[in-house]
Amino acid sequence: MSIWSYANPVKFLALSAKVQPVLWVAAAVSVTVGLLWGFFGTPDDFRQGSTVKIIYLHVPSALMAINAWFMMLVTSLIWLIRRHHVSALAAKAAAPVGLVMTLIALVTGAIWGQPMWGTWWAWDPRLTSFLILFLFYLGYIALWEAVEDPDTAADLTSVLCLVGSVFAILSRYAVQFWNQGLHQGTSVPVATGGRTVSDVFFYPLALSMVGFGLLFLALVLYRTGTEIRLRRTQALRVRMEKTA
Amino acid sequence: MIALLLCDLKLAFRAGGGFGLGLAFFLIVVTLVPFSVGPEPALLASIAPGVLWLGALLACLLSLDRLLALDYEDGTLDVLLTAPVPLEAAVTVKALAHWLTTSLPLVLAAPVLGVLLNLPEGGYVWLLISLAVGTPALSVIGTFGAALTVGIKRGGLLLSLLVLPLYVPTLIFGAEAARRGAAGLDPSTPLFMLAGITLGTIALMPFASAAVLRMGLR
Repeated sequence: MSIWSYANPVKFLALSAKVQPVLWVAAAVSVTVGLLWGFFGTPDDFRQGSTVKIIYLHVPSALMAINAWFMMLVTSLIWLIRRHHVSALAAKAAAPVGLVMTLIALVTGAIWGQPMWGTWWAWDPRLTSFLILFLFYLGYIALWEAVEDPDTAADLTSVLCLVGSVFAILSRYAVQFWNQGLHQGTSVPVATGGRTVSDVFFYPLALSMVGFGLLFLALVLYRTGTEIRLRRTQALRVRMEKTA
Repeated sequence: MIALLLCDLKLAFRAGGGFGLGLAFFLIVVTLVPFSVGPEPALLASIAPGVLWLGALLACLLSLDRLLALDYEDGTLDVLLTAPVPLEAAVTVKALAHWLTTSLPLVLAAPVLGVLLNLPEGGYVWLLISLAVGTPALSVIGTFGAALTVGIKRGGLLLSLLVLPLYVPTLIFGAEAARRGAAGLDPSTPLFMLAGITLGTIALMPFASAAVLRMGLR
């Protein structure tokens, strides 16, 4: 019994049906508690006032925007190497979620940036590379939509995802080179363990980060299930047309 | 291989429109800039390197959807797939032909158009060098985009959506090198980065393009 046995759609659907209710509840609870705690339970920042509270939406969505692409990269690789259909469909299912996360991060960032920096948008490395990530998501989804044969579409989008990842990283450093920006450094550097955010702000932030992660997982499982069922109905329809 | 290259070159010259169209488009874009931002010489001089780079990039993009589509329609691609030549090499030759027929004229024309945009005197050499170094990357990446969209009906718009984000690093370093050259600063750092991107894409992208072609035409 290895993890690969879940590449079987039936087993995958059975497991995901069992896991999903738990995930949904956990995601709903942690997102709600994290956001409410962050919004009502923390003091205003001494410099930024109450605007700092958008951080509980901004940081988790930005985190998930990048991780969603990373997940698509991994599932694309699995599809290319082992050709498990569930993997390719999971990548397809994750893309719109990642797109929305990127959009949330961009919009909340603009809303936060307006009072803080006096501008809605700045051509700053982090902002710009997120905009490019947004474009990558658009292209990826558009390619899925454009190719008719599902297996070919999975192949093509997988390669696009790999190439896109390389260029996304390259763009990240290119825009850094091009313009030093306004955006502050990361608030929760995982590698060093040191935090620039005080504990009062950190705990609700961590909770909503976990919540967004769970929410992403639940959404992707749900959407993957939908994709599998869509594929099945299509197969059935083709068979019916043949017999009729 | 050489026969393939010669064939592509001949087709590009004789097809009419394909060859000169990119140059004409480049000229039009550059002509439109003063209308849109105003004809102030100082302003034009400061944006000239970036505008010329962007114009060259768009002109290069314009010709991409013809790169493989014609071969796909008349079955040449299927022949190439089964030919004894590795598909990676064939794709590289295609990209080279695209560079020779589309990008190289743009590179040579850019300094002439620089006059229209009041490019500072020191900028001509660096503009030429940065374009010469950077445009091969544009052609190779574009070939990948063309390979992705080859079987898709009306893939032209999709092609731009897929390829333009991939052009970002090349554009940044290329325009930065040209801008620094024009401003009298040392452009070597972005130029080296640009050369790195070009060499890296030439080394790796043909494999991605060939893989995508095999998948798309299976």
